[in-house]
Amino acid sequence: MLDSLLSLGGLVLLRDSVEWEGRSLLKALVKKSALCGEQVHILGCEVSEEEFREGFDSDINNRLVYHDFFRDPLNWSKTEEALPGGPLGALRAICKRTDPGPVTIALDSLSWLLLHLPCTTLCQALHAVSHQDSCPGDSSPVGKVSVLGLLHEELHGPGPVGALSSLAQTEVTLGGTKGQASAHILCRRPRQRPTDQTQWFSILPDFSLDLQEGPSVESQPCSDPHIPPVDPTTHLTFNLHLSKKEREARDSLILPFQFSSEKQQALLRPRPGQATSHIFYEPDAYDDLDQEDPDDDLDI
Amino acid sequence: MFVELNNLLNTTPDRAEQGKLTLLCDAKTDGSFLVHHFLSFYLKGMGRIDAGVNLTVARERGQLVFLEGLKSAVDVFFQTQEEPHPLQFLREANAGNLKPLFEFVREALKPVDGGEARWTYPVLLVDDLSVLLSLGVGAVAVLDFIHYCRATVCWELKGNMVILVHDSGDVEDEENDILLNGVSHQSHLILRAEGLATGFCRDVHGQLRILWRRPSQPTAQRDQSLTYQYKIQDKSVSFFAKGMSPAVL
Repeated sequence: MLDSLLSLGGLVLLRDSVEWEGRSLLKALVKKSALCGEQVHILGCEVSEEEFREGFDSDINNRLVYHDFFRDPLNWSKTEEALPGGPLGALRAICKRTDPGPVTIALDSLSWLLLHLPCTTLCQALHAVSHQDSCPGDSSPVGKVSVLGLLHEELHGPGPVGALSSLAQTEVTLGGTKGQASAHILCRRPRQRPTDQTQWFSILPDFSLDLQEGPSVESQPCSDPHIPPVDPTTHLTFNLHLSKKEREARDSLILPFQFSSEKQQALLRPRPGQATSHIFYEPDAYDDLDQEDPDDDLDI
Repeated sequence: MFVELNNLLNTTPDRAEQGKLTLLCDAKTDGSFLVHHFLSFYLKGMGRIDAGVNLTVARERGQLVFLEGLKSAVDVFFQTQEEPHPLQFLREANAGNLKPLFEFVREALKPVDGGEARWTYPVLLVDDLSVLLSLGVGAVAVLDFIHYCRATVCWELKGNMVILVHDSGDVEDEENDILLNGVSHQSHLILRAEGLATGFCRDVHGQLRILWRRPSQPTAQRDQSLTYQYKIQDKSVSFFAKGMSPAVL
């Protein structure tokens, strides 16, 4: 399912984290689009064009159009080289194209856009872009638009992430274990129940996607059979074991609150030589001793 | 420079990679030993210092440029300056952006006209970034400053950057979290020094987590994260696997 993410069109959210970076997967999906003959536009805000294109061979690179918002995104150098309208302007310009073929737009990254633009503006722009192909009554048929947005989860609160998530047709959350990466894919098809699936994968050096079964058994830590397990109870300064006599004495001990027949007999029959108990009471000067039984008038 | 740390990072001063951003982060401990390591690592890599690393000599030769933040901060208030001061944002009510500070950095990194080049490649060391947050700058503005520094130092001049950010561990400090995570996502290498969860120990001063990100070529089996414990001694730091401190064995 990971390799057919772009077939649905619309917004695909790639949620990554510091531990599990998502740019490699973004590049792998970009490569897939390019190999399918689609037009691919990259809005590059976080890495340089050289770094993004690194690892792609020349025919992939020829199909990629890189819009550079890395060098001077905030126009601090005040030159005329700055692209007018910023990243959103570039996004709208891509969508005004007259070419009817399918197009993939990769946003690297959606986090950068969310930190620098109001959330509502960004969401409206994304909605307009990803729903462009469902516009009725248009004379020129516009091809399918897929938008791949890389989102660094830890940088945003639940509100903006939730808003973007509701716009997305597909959400891929990156994770993994023990050096093996996984993608949890949540897919929302129109008029169907959302489906989710976890896919283990790795990215090869040429940015092709290698789908895998799961973390391999050999990579799990297992104890070496040649080294016997160490017994932690040896060489202690205190005794953890019982001798045979101690064990017998412990087993024959009757618990104090266990009511057995012997105990019952012992309680009922006072032992010979046991004096009956006395209560010694020294009355104070203020005590008013009444010898009458106060319960005499009760009629039970 | 700690030779053991070089071994763990698989690098030496004369064959260090260029165009990289390294993030140093400390939580519940003092990570300044990592700053000292990288300072002497890069000065050694310049190849001109023969016996040890002498910071004064490096400064005189122009190889080391300090921005003394504290001194400059006071100057902003008590002296009139014609050109924009690097710490101009301190005077402004709404600290918009750190463009003047970036321009100071950019000027300092310009190669001197004529004469021999001061360095093979420049290194920008920021100690520490969290101070800018406490001076009232927003996290996004600091991230933008780092972005521009990275574009200039790492991409344009093929140099390296080393940044120290403190992790206060305070769940309510959202700005510091955004800063730390934002710089983490821009980094190629993250070194995180943490105090031990169980408290202070005489023989093990903390734990170091090394995380490699953004490799130029993705590797099929990603062995990208290592954790070691360490003990800081007089002139060196010794590293060992968890639970394998010489004092315990």
